[in-house]
Amino acid sequence: MRPVEEPKVGLVIVSHSEMLASGIAELATQMAPQVDVEAVGGTPDGGLGTDYDSVCAALVSADSGAGVVVLYDLGSAKMTAEMAVESADDPARFALVDAPVVEGAVAAAVASQGGAHLRDVAAAAVGASGEAPVQAAPARPALHLVTDPLSVEIELTNDVGLHARPAALLARTVAELDADVLVRYRDSEANAASVLALMGLGAPGGESVEVIATGKDAREAVRRIEELAERGFDD
Amino acid sequence: MGCTASDVIAALRAAAVVMAEHRDELVNLDRAIGDADHGENMRRGFTALLSKLDSSPPETPGAALKLLATTLISTVGGAAGPLYGTAFLRAATAVGDLAELDGAAVAKALHAALDGVVARGKAEVGDKTMVDALVPAVSAAEAAGGEVDAVLKAAADAAASGAESTVPLVARKGRASYLGERSAGHLDPGARSTSLLLRSFADSARVAR
Repeated sequence: MRPVEEPKVGLVIVSHSEMLASGIAELATQMAPQVDVEAVGGTPDGGLGTDYDSVCAALVSADSGAGVVVLYDLGSAKMTAEMAVESADDPARFALVDAPVVEGAVAAAVASQGGAHLRDVAAAAVGASGEAPVQAAPARPALHLVTDPLSVEIELTNDVGLHARPAALLARTVAELDADVLVRYRDSEANAASVLALMGLGAPGGESVEVIATGKDAREAVRRIEELAERGFDD
Repeated sequence: MGCTASDVIAALRAAAVVMAEHRDELVNLDRAIGDADHGENMRRGFTALLSKLDSSPPETPGAALKLLATTLISTVGGAAGPLYGTAFLRAATAVGDLAELDGAAVAKALHAALDGVVARGKAEVGDKTMVDALVPAVSAAEAAGGEVDAVLKAAADAAASGAESTVPLVARKGRASYLGERSAGHLDPGARSTSLLLRSFADSARVAR
């Protein structure tokens, strides 16, 4: 039996296509097994389109008490989702986000898995747009300017390096901590809160990455990542 | 002479016939610059309305418009569902529980419908959408004054030329916007269905008078 946990933010993927919605849900769930990702796509007769009543039902079903982030693909999916949210008993429990639907779903699912609240899960989805690892000019305040960053070099002992599952594990490991964690590989940096950015580093097995952490829980973050790496990311 | 619940119901039944008759035309317009489902979506929505009108006839004009709105939202499947759904929902709210609509109430309902479409779809005049038919229709309806038939005739005439004006436009909203320059040279299906609906309502009002 699993220990009783805080409810996690649910996800609803609204697409014109049932296959597309299901595929995105499958991809997101792989990296966030405890998050309820509801796929809703197509019309009741199996055609392409969006069905208002199905979207309303999915919103209810995905809400386990922590709210729901809603992502959509094209035009009418957005409008149908908007109407469904507006007609919900408590629209504030639903965050409709304008984000790339695949990347946004994966980022939101991982954030939710890490225990993030509705607003932060929504922000993770929105932040997933154009999420290449930070190159020459970091968008966020450069961590080396912050006093006393903790820095440690970590060897990726597993075969695949920071690929999807290890990257998700790493992001999940630090998600609940009060720390800003940056992972540097060669000339690229990634925010450890972002699975996609971590994957974007392309750091293969056998290589080393630098982990730089600041904030109250910086030491704990580094400790957990070291432990994770020693276990070979459970691969 | 005003427009009662049974007048509105008769007008909606007539509009359902028009949508069925123009299904293929709208599908073909949508095939050129969209996803080829607009005609079928509108036909499906209005056909679903017919059975609901039979099973639970609305008792006020506003209730009839609201039934149309919720039916379109639930059954259309494409962008026309939320857009027309919001339009008729706002129109229903605008007329409230009036037992009879005069020309001014119809003009007010049209204006509310336009506001709903704009709020939902965020389109402006010139984007090659139903807004290009609806904006001139509302202006003409408000300028026309008079009885319901005069207001709706003015709206339908203006919507027809507004719809025609979409032909040379490059789409900036909706599925057609993905085509860029290639969307020019085609009549927008949403503007066309708006024009057809207003013409149908105007014809019903003329006959009722």
